Amino acid sequence: MSAHTTQVGQLARRSVLRTLRQPGQIVPALIFPLFLLAVNSGGLKDATNLPGFPTSSYLTFALAVPFMQGALFSVMNAGTDLARDIETGFLNRLALTPLRGAALLGGLLAGAIVLGLVQAATYLLVGLLAGAELAAGVGGALVIVVLSVSITVAFGTLGLFVALRSGTAEAVQGMFPLFFVLLFLSSMALPLELLQTDWFHTVASINPVSYLLQAFRSLLIEGWNLGELALGFAIAAAIGAIGMTAATAALKTRLVRT
Amino acid sequence: MSRKVALAVAWRSIHIFLTNPAFLAPGILFPLFFFTAFAGGLSAISSAPGFDFPSGYTAFQFVFVLLQSAAFGGVFTGFGIARDFETGFAQRYLLAARDRRGIVAGYALAALARALITWTVLTAVALVAGMQVGGDGVELLGLYGLAVLVNLTATLWAAGVAMRVRSIQGGPLMQFPVFLILFLAPVYVPLDLLSGWIHAVASVNPVTALLEAGRGFISGDPTVVALAFAIAVALPLLFSLWARGGLRRAEAAG
Repeated sequence: MSAHTTQVGQLARRSVLRTLRQPGQIVPALIFPLFLLAVNSGGLKDATNLPGFPTSSYLTFALAVPFMQGALFSVMNAGTDLARDIETGFLNRLALTPLRGAALLGGLLAGAIVLGLVQAATYLLVGLLAGAELAAGVGGALVIVVLSVSITVAFGTLGLFVALRSGTAEAVQGMFPLFFVLLFLSSMALPLELLQTDWFHTVASINPVSYLLQAFRSLLIEGWNLGELALGFAIAAAIGAIGMTAATAALKTRLVRT
Repeated sequence: MSRKVALAVAWRSIHIFLTNPAFLAPGILFPLFFFTAFAGGLSAISSAPGFDFPSGYTAFQFVFVLLQSAAFGGVFTGFGIARDFETGFAQRYLLAARDRRGIVAGYALAALARALITWTVLTAVALVAGMQVGGDGVELLGLYGLAVLVNLTATLWAAGVAMRVRSIQGGPLMQFPVFLILFLAPVYVPLDLLSGWIHAVASVNPVTALLEAGRGFISGDPTVVALAFAIAVALPLLFSLWARGGLRRAEAAG
């Protein structure tokens, strides 16, 4: 086993254990999105009567949202964990070892991957048990889980970047409203074509979250729409690449500082 | 004496959040954000069959966001109380105040001041966004009167929690029940258009009457006014007992 693999493995193990040992991270990430799903699917049921609404089940339409909310929680969790490592001096101690920066960041995302898997499986299971449809079948369920984890990791890299730049858990927590705005100013509640307010339609149309939601919805409502799926995965990859590049640069700066 | 204590506590709390953007901004930005997201993103819902609200969807959502900001003004004040206990400042209040009920009253005054600032900004933004107001001056007074009582209720609830937990870690406990009860009301459409479990829950949720009365006020068609004010007056009375219990716990803890 190469030194690089060993380093990633050790940090990944620590990251996963730390995530699993913090119910305070896992429980809100599971409960809060499901609560909003229940409330919104009940309260906005009438939206399915609007001409052009893509499905007769608002629950199916809304089921895409928890996957995105779960990804936003991963920003907080991954970022807060790293910020604590900085605050407690753990990162400084790691800097004295021959650990590579890429190994550190990769290992730290392992917790986000595990949490992403748990979240995706839970949301999908609860949604289907509550009566949501899954047009793409079993294969679609697997792709939903993979897409969900990809987005979770992508947003997790942004959390790492904020943690490395700021060095405080409080600053990472302060980013939550910003990411929440991204979600609410998207096609979260209605399809893009049914957004009547002009400026809101414009904002939602350029908000990448709208297309991530659409990738989930394509599997839930339409079946297999390769174009929308490819766009969803491409956006997740782009966010992940930007986040990882920024985090790597921030890590170099932080290690130079220490 | 109690009045002096209340004014002193209120002045300090107001001064803290007015001079610290980290405390002031969330209280103003969150309601604006919810208003923008709901009124802007969901306006098509008003085209759904059976949706008939004369003042339009912006006014329909404004009432919800107004009451929500009233409630969260109280919750954010609860965070301040918890912080005061963590730093030991609240213990100094307890030592210095002859009538300690004045401490809670002071926090309540600060919460109201915080809410008034938020409502001013929110109302201005809503009017600029083209909100139609059908109600007259008295009816609007009724709407803001309900908001004041909701603010007081939430402050007493959050103060009760803060004085029991005496740590900012009690934040979710202050926040989540308020969030829950607000969103289990007819937020997006009128009660008649809800169905299933959410209709059953919203029908017995006291916030529903407050929302319906508020929406009646803003559209100039008052409805369930007596019930709404009975609830809005009863809730602070009930939660003043909760807050008083919290104060006693804090006194006992020293």
